[in-house]
Amino acid sequence: MGKPFAEKIFSARAGRDVVPGEIITVEPDYVLSHDNTAAIAATFAKMGAEKVLHPERLVIVLDHCVPAADAKHAENHKKIREFVAEQGVEHFYDVGRGICHQVLPEEGFARPGRLILGSDSHTTTYGALGAFSAGIGRSEAAAIWATGEIWLMCPESVRMNMTGEFARGVGPKDLILSIIGDVGADGMLYKSVEFAGETMEVMSVAGHMVLANMSVEMGAKNGYVAPNDKTAEWLASRESAEYEAVYPDADASYESELEYDVTDLPPMVAKPHTVDNVAPVEEVVGTAVDQVVLGTCTNGREDDLEEAARILEDRTVASGCRLLVFPASREIWREAMKSGAFEAIEGAGGIIMNAGCGPCLGAHEGVLAPGEVCLSTANRNFKGRMGTPEAEIYLASPATAAATAVEGRIADPRGYL
Amino acid sequence: MVKGKVWKYGDDVNTDVIFPGKYTYTVTDPAEIASHALEDLDPDFAANVKPGDVVVVGRNFGCGSSREQAAFCLKYAGVGAVVAESFARIFYRNAINAGLPMVVSKDAPDALVTGDPVDIDFTAGELRAADGKVFTFPPLPPEVMAIVEAGGLVEYVKRRLNR
Repeated sequence: MGKPFAEKIFSARAGRDVVPGEIITVEPDYVLSHDNTAAIAATFAKMGAEKVLHPERLVIVLDHCVPAADAKHAENHKKIREFVAEQGVEHFYDVGRGICHQVLPEEGFARPGRLILGSDSHTTTYGALGAFSAGIGRSEAAAIWATGEIWLMCPESVRMNMTGEFARGVGPKDLILSIIGDVGADGMLYKSVEFAGETMEVMSVAGHMVLANMSVEMGAKNGYVAPNDKTAEWLASRESAEYEAVYPDADASYESELEYDVTDLPPMVAKPHTVDNVAPVEEVVGTAVDQVVLGTCTNGREDDLEEAARILEDRTVASGCRLLVFPASREIWREAMKSGAFEAIEGAGGIIMNAGCGPCLGAHEGVLAPGEVCLSTANRNFKGRMGTPEAEIYLASPATAAATAVEGRIADPRGYL
Repeated sequence: MVKGKVWKYGDDVNTDVIFPGKYTYTVTDPAEIASHALEDLDPDFAANVKPGDVVVVGRNFGCGSSREQAAFCLKYAGVGAVVAESFARIFYRNAINAGLPMVVSKDAPDALVTGDPVDIDFTAGELRAADGKVFTFPPLPPEVMAIVEAGGLVEYVKRRLNR
Protein backbone atom coordinates (compact mmCIF):
# COMPACT_ATOMS: atom_id res chain seq x y z
CA MET A 1 0.00 0.00 0.00
CA GLY A 2 1.32 3.44 -0.91
CA LYS A 3 1.70 6.49 1.27
CA PRO A 4 -0.21 9.77 1.29
CA PHE A 5 1.65 13.10 0.95
CA ALA A 6 2.36 13.66 4.66
CA GLU A 7 3.89 10.23 5.19
CA LYS A 8 5.93 10.63 1.99
CA ILE A 9 7.45 13.94 3.03
CA PHE A 10 7.98 12.86 6.66
CA SER A 11 9.72 9.68 5.47
CA ALA A 12 11.87 11.67 3.03
CA ARG A 13 12.88 14.11 5.76
CA ALA A 14 13.58 11.41 8.35
CA GLY A 15 15.46 9.21 5.87
CA ARG A 16 13.40 6.21 6.95
CA ASP A 17 9.86 4.88 6.80
CA VAL A 18 7.60 7.01 9.01
CA VAL A 19 4.03 6.10 9.95
CA PRO A 20 1.26 8.28 11.46
CA GLY A 21 1.69 8.96 15.17
CA GLU A 22 5.48 8.81 15.00
CA ILE A 23 7.40 11.84 16.20
CA ILE A 24 10.40 12.93 14.14
CA THR A 25 12.85 15.80 14.41
CA VAL A 26 12.82 17.99 11.31
CA GLU A 27 14.80 20.92 9.97
CA PRO A 28 12.28 23.24 8.32
CA ASP A 29 13.41 24.92 5.08
CA TYR A 30 11.88 28.19 6.21
CA VAL A 31 10.36 29.53 9.38
CA LEU A 32 7.88 32.38 9.12
CA SER A 33 7.11 35.07 11.64
CA HIS A 34 5.37 38.43 11.37
CA ASP A 35 4.53 41.18 13.86
CA ASN A 36 5.13 38.54 16.54
CA THR A 37 8.88 38.49 15.70
CA ALA A 38 9.83 40.79 18.60
CA ALA A 39 8.07 38.47 21.04
CA ILE A 40 9.88 35.48 19.50
CA ALA A 41 13.18 37.36 19.80
CA ALA A 42 12.49 37.93 23.50
CA THR A 43 11.90 34.19 23.99
CA PHE A 44 15.01 33.45 21.92
CA ALA A 45 17.03 35.62 24.34
CA LYS A 46 15.43 33.86 27.34
CA MET A 47 16.68 30.60 25.91
CA GLY A 48 20.18 31.96 26.24
CA ALA A 49 20.63 32.02 22.46
CA GLU A 50 22.53 34.85 20.80
CA LYS A 51 22.94 34.19 17.08
CA VAL A 52 20.28 32.67 14.84
CA LEU A 53 21.71 29.39 13.60
CA HIS A 54 20.45 29.75 10.01
CA PRO A 55 19.37 33.36 9.41
CA GLU A 56 18.79 32.53 5.73
CA ARG A 57 15.89 30.28 6.77
CA LEU A 58 13.98 33.07 8.49
CA VAL A 59 11.27 34.87 6.57
CA ILE A 60 9.83 37.87 8.39
CA VAL A 61 6.86 39.81 7.05
CA LEU A 62 5.25 42.76 8.83
CA ASP A 63 1.55 42.51 8.06
CA HIS A 64 -0.65 42.17 11.13
CA CYS A 65 -0.88 45.80 12.16
CA VAL A 66 0.59 47.82 9.29
CA PRO A 67 1.21 50.71 9.19
CA ALA A 68 1.42 50.78 12.98
CA ALA A 69 -1.87 51.80 14.60
CA ASP A 70 -0.31 53.39 17.66
CA ALA A 71 3.01 53.97 19.43
CA LYS A 72 3.02 50.49 20.99
CA HIS A 73 2.68 48.78 17.63
CA ALA A 74 5.25 51.18 16.13
CA GLU A 75 7.69 50.24 18.88
CA ASN A 76 7.06 46.57 18.18
CA HIS A 77 7.89 47.09 14.49
CA LYS A 78 11.00 49.07 15.40
CA LYS A 79 12.27 46.25 17.62
CA ILE A 80 11.77 43.82 14.75
CA ARG A 81 13.75 45.99 12.32
CA GLU A 82 16.57 46.18 14.86
CA PHE A 83 16.55 42.41 15.32
CA VAL A 84 16.60 41.88 11.54
CA ALA A 85 19.65 44.15 11.19
CA GLU A 86 21.43 42.60 14.17
CA GLN A 87 20.96 39.02 12.98
CA GLY A 88 21.50 39.70 9.28
CA VAL A 89 18.06 38.38 8.27
CA GLU A 90 17.96 38.81 4.53
CA HIS A 91 14.33 37.79 3.89
CA PHE A 92 12.63 40.69 5.62
CA TYR A 93 9.53 42.34 4.16
CA ASP A 94 8.59 45.61 5.82
CA VAL A 95 5.24 47.39 6.10
CA GLY A 96 3.39 47.53 2.79
CA ARG A 97 4.79 44.43 1.06
CA GLY A 98 1.70 42.37 1.88
CA ILE A 99 0.28 39.55 3.96
CA CYS A 100 2.81 36.83 4.77
CA HIS A 101 0.66 34.09 3.24
CA GLN A 102 0.77 35.85 -0.13
CA VAL A 103 4.33 37.15 0.16
CA LEU A 104 5.92 33.71 0.76
CA PRO A 105 4.42 32.29 -2.44
CA GLU A 106 5.26 35.43 -4.46
CA GLU A 107 8.85 35.62 -3.18
CA GLY A 108 9.62 32.00 -4.00
CA PHE A 109 9.65 30.44 -0.51
CA ALA A 110 6.41 28.47 -0.70
CA ARG A 111 7.22 25.83 -3.27
CA PRO A 112 6.36 22.13 -3.86
CA GLY A 113 8.04 19.69 -1.49
CA ARG A 114 9.27 22.35 0.92
CA LEU A 115 8.76 22.09 4.67
CA ILE A 116 7.68 25.43 6.09
CA LEU A 117 6.65 26.16 9.67
CA GLY A 118 5.25 29.49 10.71
CA SER A 119 4.25 31.21 13.87
CA ASP A 120 0.80 31.79 12.40
CA SER A 121 -2.07 29.34 12.19
CA HIS A 122 -2.79 30.05 8.51
CA THR A 123 0.69 28.85 7.53
CA THR A 124 -1.28 25.91 6.09
CA THR A 125 -1.78 28.12 2.98
CA TYR A 126 1.45 26.94 1.28
CA GLY A 127 0.04 23.44 0.89
CA ALA A 128 -1.77 25.02 -2.07
CA LEU A 129 1.61 24.93 -3.84
CA GLY A 130 2.49 21.41 -2.72
CA ALA A 131 4.48 22.29 0.40
CA PHE A 132 4.06 20.76 3.83
CA SER A 133 3.32 23.77 5.96
CA ALA A 134 1.86 24.13 9.41
CA GLY A 135 1.47 26.64 12.19
CA ILE A 136 3.55 26.51 15.37
CA GLY A 137 3.79 28.67 18.49
CA ARG A 138 6.13 31.57 19.13
CA SER A 139 8.42 29.63 21.50
CA GLU A 140 8.76 26.94 18.87
CA ALA A 141 9.84 29.49 16.29
CA ALA A 142 12.46 30.68 18.82
CA ALA A 143 13.61 27.08 19.34
CA ILE A 144 14.04 26.65 15.57
CA TRP A 145 16.02 29.91 15.33
CA ALA A 146 18.29 28.60 18.11
CA THR A 147 18.68 24.96 17.10
CA GLY A 148 17.48 24.71 13.49
CA GLU A 149 15.07 21.91 14.37
CA ILE A 150 11.79 20.95 16.02
CA TRP A 151 9.63 17.87 16.66
CA LEU A 152 6.64 17.04 14.49
CA MET A 153 4.18 14.20 14.72
CA CYS A 154 3.34 12.48 11.44
CA PRO A 155 -0.39 13.01 10.90
CA GLU A 156 -3.05 10.65 9.58
CA SER A 157 -4.25 11.68 6.12
CA VAL A 158 -7.73 12.31 4.72
CA ARG A 159 -8.45 12.83 1.03
CA MET A 160 -11.31 15.04 -0.14
CA ASN A 161 -12.30 14.34 -3.73
CA MET A 162 -13.93 17.27 -5.49
CA THR A 163 -16.03 16.78 -8.62
CA GLY A 164 -18.18 19.00 -10.81
CA GLU A 165 -18.06 22.60 -11.92
CA PHE A 166 -19.03 25.62 -9.80
CA ALA A 167 -22.21 27.50 -10.71
CA ARG A 168 -21.79 31.17 -11.60
CA GLY A 169 -21.20 33.26 -8.46
CA VAL A 170 -20.05 30.22 -6.47
CA GLY A 171 -16.40 29.31 -5.84
CA PRO A 172 -13.67 27.90 -3.60
CA LYS A 173 -14.72 29.91 -0.53
CA ASP A 174 -18.24 28.49 -0.70
CA LEU A 175 -16.77 25.01 -1.07
CA ILE A 176 -14.45 25.25 1.93
CA LEU A 177 -17.19 26.78 4.10
CA SER A 178 -19.51 23.94 3.14
CA ILE A 179 -16.79 21.37 3.95
CA ILE A 180 -16.09 22.97 7.34
CA GLY A 181 -19.82 23.06 8.06
CA ASP A 182 -19.96 19.39 7.14
CA VAL A 183 -17.01 18.06 9.16
CA GLY A 184 -17.06 20.65 11.99
CA ALA A 185 -14.41 22.85 13.58
CA ASP A 186 -12.55 19.80 14.88
CA GLY A 187 -13.52 17.40 12.10
CA MET A 188 -9.97 17.17 10.74
CA LEU A 189 -8.10 17.61 14.02
CA TYR A 190 -4.37 16.72 13.58
CA LYS A 191 -5.04 15.46 10.03
CA SER A 192 -3.21 16.11 6.80
CA VAL A 193 -6.02 17.00 4.38
CA GLU A 194 -5.45 16.44 0.66
CA PHE A 195 -7.75 18.32 -1.72
CA ALA A 196 -8.01 16.26 -4.90
CA GLY A 197 -10.29 15.46 -7.82
CA GLU A 198 -11.23 16.99 -11.16
CA THR A 199 -12.44 20.30 -9.72
CA MET A 200 -8.92 21.01 -8.45
CA GLU A 201 -7.53 20.68 -11.99
CA VAL A 202 -9.51 23.68 -13.22
CA MET A 203 -9.44 25.74 -10.02
CA SER A 204 -6.90 28.60 -9.99
CA VAL A 205 -3.95 28.59 -7.60
CA ALA A 206 -5.70 31.42 -5.71
CA GLY A 207 -8.57 28.96 -5.20
CA HIS A 208 -6.18 26.24 -4.02
CA MET A 209 -4.91 28.78 -1.48
CA VAL A 210 -8.43 29.43 -0.15
CA LEU A 211 -8.85 25.70 0.60
CA ALA A 212 -5.38 25.21 2.12
CA ASN A 213 -5.66 28.45 4.11
CA MET A 214 -8.92 27.45 5.76
CA SER A 215 -8.02 23.81 6.37
CA VAL A 216 -6.87 24.89 9.84
CA GLU A 217 -10.47 25.98 10.56
CA MET A 218 -11.47 22.32 10.64
CA GLY A 219 -8.50 21.50 12.86
CA ALA A 220 -6.15 20.18 10.15
CA LYS A 221 -2.40 20.15 10.66
CA ASN A 222 -1.88 20.96 6.99
CA GLY A 223 -3.79 21.18 3.73
CA TYR A 224 -2.32 19.97 0.45
CA VAL A 225 -3.05 20.23 -3.25
CA ALA A 226 -0.91 18.02 -5.50
CA PRO A 227 0.88 20.34 -7.95
CA ASN A 228 -0.99 20.23 -11.28
CA ASP A 229 -1.02 22.20 -14.56
CA LYS A 230 -2.50 25.25 -12.83
CA THR A 231 0.30 25.14 -10.26
CA ALA A 232 2.95 24.73 -12.97
CA GLU A 233 1.57 27.71 -14.87
CA TRP A 234 1.63 29.86 -11.72
CA LEU A 235 5.15 28.76 -10.77
CA ALA A 236 6.53 29.27 -14.28
CA SER A 237 5.97 33.02 -14.04
CA ARG A 238 7.92 33.36 -10.78
CA GLU A 239 11.50 32.88 -9.68
CA SER A 240 12.64 30.55 -6.96
CA ALA A 241 15.59 28.45 -5.84
CA GLU A 242 15.32 24.78 -6.80
CA TYR A 243 12.73 22.51 -5.27
CA GLU A 244 11.51 18.97 -5.64
CA ALA A 245 7.79 18.21 -5.58
CA VAL A 246 6.48 15.42 -3.36
CA TYR A 247 3.31 13.62 -4.45
CA PRO A 248 1.14 11.05 -2.67
CA ASP A 249 1.47 7.53 -4.08
CA ALA A 250 -1.25 6.62 -6.58
CA ASP A 251 -2.26 3.69 -4.35
CA ALA A 252 -1.97 5.64 -1.10
CA SER A 253 -4.19 4.53 1.73
CA TYR A 254 -6.12 7.21 3.63
CA GLU A 255 -7.76 7.17 7.01
CA SER A 256 -10.89 8.26 5.18
CA GLU A 257 -11.98 9.73 1.84
CA LEU A 258 -14.78 12.24 1.46
CA GLU A 259 -16.61 13.16 -1.75
CA TYR A 260 -17.87 16.64 -2.61
CA ASP A 261 -19.78 17.47 -5.79
CA VAL A 262 -19.73 21.25 -6.30
CA THR A 263 -22.28 21.30 -9.16
CA ASP A 264 -25.28 22.33 -7.07
CA LEU A 265 -23.37 24.12 -4.33
CA PRO A 266 -25.01 27.49 -3.49
CA PRO A 267 -23.15 30.50 -2.05
CA MET A 268 -22.44 29.71 1.61
CA VAL A 269 -21.91 31.80 4.73
CA ALA A 270 -20.53 31.10 8.19
CA LYS A 271 -22.79 32.75 10.73
CA PRO A 272 -21.62 34.20 14.07
CA HIS A 273 -19.63 33.06 16.09
CA THR A 274 -17.95 29.93 14.72
CA VAL A 275 -16.58 29.03 11.30
CA ASP A 276 -18.52 25.75 11.24
CA ASN A 277 -21.87 27.50 11.80
CA VAL A 278 -22.47 27.33 8.06
CA ALA A 279 -25.65 27.88 6.01
CA PRO A 280 -26.60 28.60 2.39
CA VAL A 281 -26.76 32.35 1.82
CA GLU A 282 -30.56 32.15 1.29
CA GLU A 283 -30.99 31.55 5.00
CA VAL A 284 -29.53 34.93 5.98
CA VAL A 285 -30.36 37.06 2.93
CA GLY A 286 -31.64 40.46 4.09
CA THR A 287 -29.60 40.65 7.30
CA ALA A 288 -28.49 44.30 7.61
CA VAL A 289 -24.72 44.86 7.70
CA ASP A 290 -22.70 47.93 8.73
CA GLN A 291 -19.41 46.89 7.15
CA VAL A 292 -18.11 44.59 4.43
CA VAL A 293 -14.45 43.53 4.39
CA LEU A 294 -12.95 42.20 1.17
CA GLY A 295 -9.40 40.89 1.44
CA THR A 296 -7.20 38.99 3.95
CA CYS A 297 -4.94 35.96 3.47
CA THR A 298 -8.03 33.99 2.47
CA ASN A 299 -9.60 36.19 -0.22
CA GLY A 300 -7.43 39.19 -1.04
CA ARG A 301 -6.11 37.95 -4.39
CA GLU A 302 -6.64 39.07 -8.00
CA ASP A 303 -9.42 36.56 -8.65
CA ASP A 304 -11.23 37.82 -5.57
CA LEU A 305 -10.90 41.52 -6.34
CA GLU A 306 -11.92 41.00 -9.97
CA GLU A 307 -14.96 38.93 -9.02
CA ALA A 308 -16.06 41.67 -6.63
CA ALA A 309 -15.32 44.36 -9.23
CA ARG A 310 -17.59 42.65 -11.77
CA ILE A 311 -20.48 43.02 -9.33
CA LEU A 312 -19.59 46.54 -8.19
CA GLU A 313 -19.03 47.93 -11.69
CA ASP A 314 -21.61 50.68 -12.30
CA ARG A 315 -23.27 50.02 -8.96
CA THR A 316 -23.03 51.82 -5.62
CA VAL A 317 -22.26 50.64 -2.10
CA ALA A 318 -25.46 51.07 -0.06
CA SER A 319 -25.76 54.13 2.09
CA GLY A 320 -24.92 53.28 5.72
CA CYS A 321 -22.63 50.42 4.69
CA ARG A 322 -18.82 50.64 4.54
CA LEU A 323 -16.84 48.53 2.06
CA LEU A 324 -13.16 48.14 3.02
CA VAL A 325 -10.80 46.44 0.56
CA PHE A 326 -7.41 44.99 1.54
CA PRO A 327 -5.36 43.45 -1.29
CA ALA A 328 -3.17 40.60 -0.04
CA SER A 329 0.05 42.07 -1.43
CA ARG A 330 1.58 45.04 -3.19
CA GLU A 331 1.82 42.92 -6.35
CA ILE A 332 -1.93 42.31 -6.25
CA TRP A 333 -2.52 45.98 -5.47
CA ARG A 334 -0.70 46.90 -8.69
CA GLU A 335 -2.55 44.27 -10.72
CA ALA A 336 -5.88 45.56 -9.46
CA MET A 337 -4.85 49.09 -10.48
CA LYS A 338 -4.00 47.87 -13.98
CA SER A 339 -6.97 45.57 -14.46
CA GLY A 340 -9.50 48.23 -13.58
CA ALA A 341 -10.75 46.31 -10.54
CA PHE A 342 -9.87 49.18 -8.21
CA GLU A 343 -11.57 51.69 -10.47
CA ALA A 344 -14.79 49.68 -10.32
CA ILE A 345 -14.58 49.16 -6.56
CA GLU A 346 -13.62 52.75 -5.78
CA GLY A 347 -16.20 54.04 -8.23
CA ALA A 348 -18.86 52.16 -6.30
CA GLY A 349 -17.77 53.80 -3.07
CA GLY A 350 -15.43 51.12 -1.74
CA ILE A 351 -12.39 52.20 0.27
CA ILE A 352 -9.10 50.80 -1.03
CA MET A 353 -6.71 50.16 1.85
CA ASN A 354 -3.05 49.11 1.98
CA ALA A 355 -1.92 45.51 1.62
CA GLY A 356 -2.08 43.85 5.03
CA CYS A 357 -4.30 41.98 7.48
CA GLY A 358 -6.52 45.03 8.11
CA PRO A 359 -9.22 44.63 10.78
CA CYS A 360 -9.36 40.82 10.48
CA LEU A 361 -7.81 40.26 13.91
CA GLY A 362 -9.25 43.36 15.49
CA ALA A 363 -6.09 45.44 15.69
CA HIS A 364 -7.02 48.48 13.54
CA GLU A 365 -8.17 49.79 10.15
CA GLY A 366 -11.88 49.21 10.55
CA VAL A 367 -12.65 47.44 13.82
CA LEU A 368 -16.32 47.19 14.75
CA ALA A 369 -18.47 48.95 17.33
CA PRO A 370 -20.62 46.98 19.78
CA GLY A 371 -23.87 46.00 18.08
CA GLU A 372 -22.46 46.22 14.55
CA VAL A 373 -22.62 43.49 11.94
CA CYS A 374 -19.83 42.76 9.46
CA LEU A 375 -19.65 40.44 6.47
CA SER A 376 -16.06 39.53 5.72
CA THR A 377 -14.14 37.36 3.27
CA ALA A 378 -11.73 36.43 6.10
CA ASN A 379 -11.38 33.06 7.75
CA ARG A 380 -12.56 33.61 11.34
CA ASN A 381 -15.73 35.00 12.87
CA PHE A 382 -15.05 34.26 16.52
CA LYS A 383 -16.64 36.43 19.16
CA GLY A 384 -14.41 39.46 19.74
CA ARG A 385 -12.31 38.78 16.65
CA MET A 386 -12.80 42.23 15.12
CA GLY A 387 -12.36 44.29 18.24
CA THR A 388 -15.49 43.77 20.38
CA PRO A 389 -17.36 40.65 21.56
CA GLU A 390 -20.61 42.50 20.97
CA ALA A 391 -20.28 42.57 17.18
CA GLU A 392 -21.39 39.87 14.75
CA ILE A 393 -19.23 38.58 11.88
CA TYR A 394 -20.45 36.61 8.87
CA LEU A 395 -17.90 34.96 6.55
CA ALA A 396 -18.52 34.58 2.83
CA SER A 397 -17.01 34.73 -0.66
CA PRO A 398 -15.85 37.88 -2.46
CA ALA A 399 -18.93 37.70 -4.71
CA THR A 400 -21.30 37.53 -1.74
CA ALA A 401 -19.33 40.35 -0.08
CA ALA A 402 -19.71 42.60 -3.14
CA ALA A 403 -23.44 41.90 -3.53
CA THR A 404 -23.90 42.50 0.20
CA ALA A 405 -22.10 45.86 -0.02
CA VAL A 406 -24.44 46.94 -2.83
CA GLU A 407 -27.56 46.09 -0.83
CA GLY A 408 -26.32 46.92 2.66
CA ARG A 409 -27.89 43.58 3.54
CA ILE A 410 -26.59 40.07 3.05
CA ALA A 411 -27.31 39.27 -0.58
CA ASP A 412 -27.13 36.33 -2.98
CA PRO A 413 -24.49 37.18 -5.62
CA ARG A 414 -26.07 34.97 -8.27
CA GLY A 415 -28.52 37.72 -9.18
CA TYR A 416 -25.61 40.01 -10.03
CA LEU A 417 -23.50 37.89 -12.37
CA MET B 1 0.42 16.16 41.24
CA VAL B 2 -2.22 18.84 40.73
CA LYS B 3 -5.00 19.62 43.23
CA GLY B 4 -7.67 22.22 42.68
CA LYS B 5 -11.20 23.17 41.75
CA VAL B 6 -12.82 22.69 38.38
CA TRP B 7 -13.70 25.54 36.00
CA LYS B 8 -15.96 23.88 33.42
CA TYR B 9 -16.62 25.10 29.85
CA GLY B 10 -17.92 23.60 26.60
CA ASP B 11 -16.66 22.49 23.17
CA ASP B 12 -14.61 24.48 20.63
CA VAL B 13 -13.37 27.12 23.08
CA ASN B 14 -11.25 29.25 20.72
CA THR B 15 -8.11 31.30 21.28
CA ASP B 16 -9.93 34.61 20.72
CA VAL B 17 -12.04 34.06 23.86
CA ILE B 18 -9.10 32.57 25.80
CA PHE B 19 -6.83 35.53 25.03
CA PRO B 20 -8.26 38.27 22.77
CA GLY B 21 -6.26 39.11 19.63
CA LYS B 22 -6.19 42.82 20.40
CA TYR B 23 -3.66 42.20 23.21
CA THR B 24 -1.31 39.88 21.35
CA TYR B 25 1.34 42.38 20.25
CA THR B 26 1.29 44.81 23.11
CA VAL B 27 0.73 42.89 26.37
CA THR B 28 3.91 41.14 27.51
CA ASP B 29 3.96 41.21 31.32
CA PRO B 30 3.03 37.75 32.73
CA ALA B 31 0.67 39.17 35.38
CA GLU B 32 -1.08 41.31 32.79
CA ILE B 33 -1.31 38.35 30.40
CA ALA B 34 -2.88 36.32 33.23
CA SER B 35 -5.39 39.10 33.93
CA HIS B 36 -6.92 38.62 30.44
CA ALA B 37 -7.24 34.81 30.69
CA LEU B 38 -10.61 33.64 29.33
CA GLU B 39 -11.72 37.28 29.22
CA ASP B 40 -14.34 36.89 26.50
CA LEU B 41 -15.53 33.48 27.75
CA ASP B 42 -15.86 34.03 31.50
CA PRO B 43 -15.08 37.55 32.76
CA ASP B 44 -15.03 36.22 36.38
CA PHE B 45 -12.32 33.64 35.75
CA ALA B 46 -9.09 35.65 35.92
CA ALA B 47 -9.94 37.40 39.19
CA ASN B 48 -11.09 34.24 40.97
CA VAL B 49 -8.95 31.35 39.72
CA LYS B 50 -6.70 29.82 42.41
CA PRO B 51 -3.30 28.17 41.91
CA GLY B 52 -3.79 24.52 40.98
CA ASP B 53 -7.32 24.97 39.65
CA VAL B 54 -8.19 22.82 36.67
CA VAL B 55 -9.90 23.99 33.48
CA VAL B 56 -12.20 21.23 32.21
CA VAL B 57 -13.59 21.45 28.69
CA GLY B 58 -15.07 19.42 25.85
CA ARG B 59 -13.75 18.92 22.37
CA ASN B 60 -11.21 20.98 20.37
CA PHE B 61 -10.00 23.27 23.15
CA GLY B 62 -7.83 26.13 21.90
CA CYS B 63 -8.92 26.10 18.26
CA GLY B 64 -8.12 29.15 16.14
CA SER B 65 -5.03 31.30 16.23
CA SER B 66 -1.49 30.07 16.96
CA ARG B 67 -1.05 32.69 19.70
CA GLU B 68 0.71 30.98 22.56
CA GLN B 69 -0.53 33.46 25.13
CA ALA B 70 -3.65 31.27 25.03
CA ALA B 71 -1.60 28.62 26.87
CA PHE B 72 0.64 31.02 28.81
CA CYS B 73 -2.29 33.09 30.16
CA LEU B 74 -3.64 29.93 31.83
CA LYS B 75 -0.20 28.93 33.08
CA TYR B 76 0.46 32.44 34.45
CA ALA B 77 -3.02 32.49 36.03
CA GLY B 78 -1.97 29.44 38.05
CA VAL B 79 -4.00 26.79 36.22
CA GLY B 80 -2.61 23.38 37.20
CA ALA B 81 -3.87 21.47 34.19
CA VAL B 82 -6.38 21.51 31.37
CA VAL B 83 -8.60 18.45 30.99
CA ALA B 84 -10.28 18.09 27.59
CA GLU B 85 -11.93 15.55 25.36
CA SER B 86 -9.53 16.82 22.68
CA PHE B 87 -7.20 19.75 22.00
CA ALA B 88 -6.62 21.79 18.84
CA ARG B 89 -3.15 20.88 17.65
CA ILE B 90 -1.33 24.22 17.89
CA PHE B 91 -2.75 24.83 21.36
CA TYR B 92 -1.55 21.35 22.34
CA ARG B 93 1.98 22.24 21.21
CA ASN B 94 1.82 25.64 22.90
CA ALA B 95 0.69 24.11 26.19
CA ILE B 96 3.62 21.67 26.10
CA ASN B 97 5.95 24.57 25.43
CA ALA B 98 4.44 26.57 28.28
CA GLY B 99 4.87 23.61 30.65
CA LEU B 100 1.09 23.49 31.12
CA PRO B 101 0.06 19.86 31.71
CA MET B 102 -2.82 18.46 29.68
CA VAL B 103 -5.11 15.51 30.21
CA VAL B 104 -7.00 13.99 27.29
CA SER B 105 -10.05 12.11 28.58
CA LYS B 106 -13.27 11.19 26.80
CA ASP B 107 -15.21 10.66 30.04
CA ALA B 108 -13.87 12.95 32.74
CA PRO B 109 -15.19 16.26 31.30
CA ASP B 110 -18.78 14.98 31.27
CA ALA B 111 -18.55 13.83 34.87
CA LEU B 112 -17.21 17.11 36.29
CA VAL B 113 -18.87 20.47 36.99
CA THR B 114 -17.57 23.87 38.05
CA GLY B 115 -16.46 23.90 41.67
CA ASP B 116 -15.74 20.14 41.93
CA PRO B 117 -12.47 19.40 43.71
CA VAL B 118 -10.17 17.09 41.70
CA ASP B 119 -6.65 15.80 41.93
CA ILE B 120 -4.51 14.63 39.06
CA ASP B 121 -1.58 12.27 39.36
CA PHE B 122 0.50 12.49 36.16
CA THR B 123 2.83 9.66 37.11
CA ALA B 124 -0.04 7.24 37.65
CA GLY B 125 -2.07 8.77 34.80
CA GLU B 126 -5.11 9.19 37.07
CA LEU B 127 -7.64 11.94 37.63
CA ARG B 128 -9.58 11.49 40.87
CA ALA B 129 -12.93 13.21 41.43
CA ALA B 130 -14.39 14.03 44.86
CA ASP B 131 -17.01 11.27 44.61
CA GLY B 132 -14.22 8.71 44.38
CA LYS B 133 -14.49 8.19 40.63
CA VAL B 134 -11.11 7.64 38.96
CA PHE B 135 -10.42 8.42 35.32
CA THR B 136 -7.25 7.10 33.73
CA PHE B 137 -5.46 8.83 30.86
CA PRO B 138 -2.50 7.95 28.64
CA PRO B 139 0.85 9.64 29.39
CA LEU B 140 2.33 12.18 26.94
CA PRO B 141 4.88 10.76 24.45
CA PRO B 142 8.38 10.76 26.02
CA GLU B 143 9.79 13.34 23.55
CA VAL B 144 7.05 15.70 24.64
CA MET B 145 7.09 14.86 28.35
CA ALA B 146 10.78 15.84 28.41
CA ILE B 147 9.75 19.39 27.45
CA VAL B 148 6.94 19.60 30.03
CA GLU B 149 9.25 18.17 32.71
CA ALA B 150 11.91 20.76 31.88
CA GLY B 151 9.23 23.36 32.70
CA GLY B 152 8.60 24.31 29.09
CA LEU B 153 10.46 24.79 25.84
CA VAL B 154 12.54 27.78 26.97
CA GLU B 155 14.17 25.79 29.77
CA TYR B 156 14.47 22.74 27.51
CA VAL B 157 16.35 24.65 24.80
CA LYS B 158 18.43 26.51 27.38
CA ARG B 159 19.67 23.19 28.80
CA ARG B 160 20.36 21.91 25.32
CA LEU B 161 22.39 24.97 24.31
CA ASN B 162 24.39 24.69 27.54
CA ARG B 163 25.26 21.05 26.99
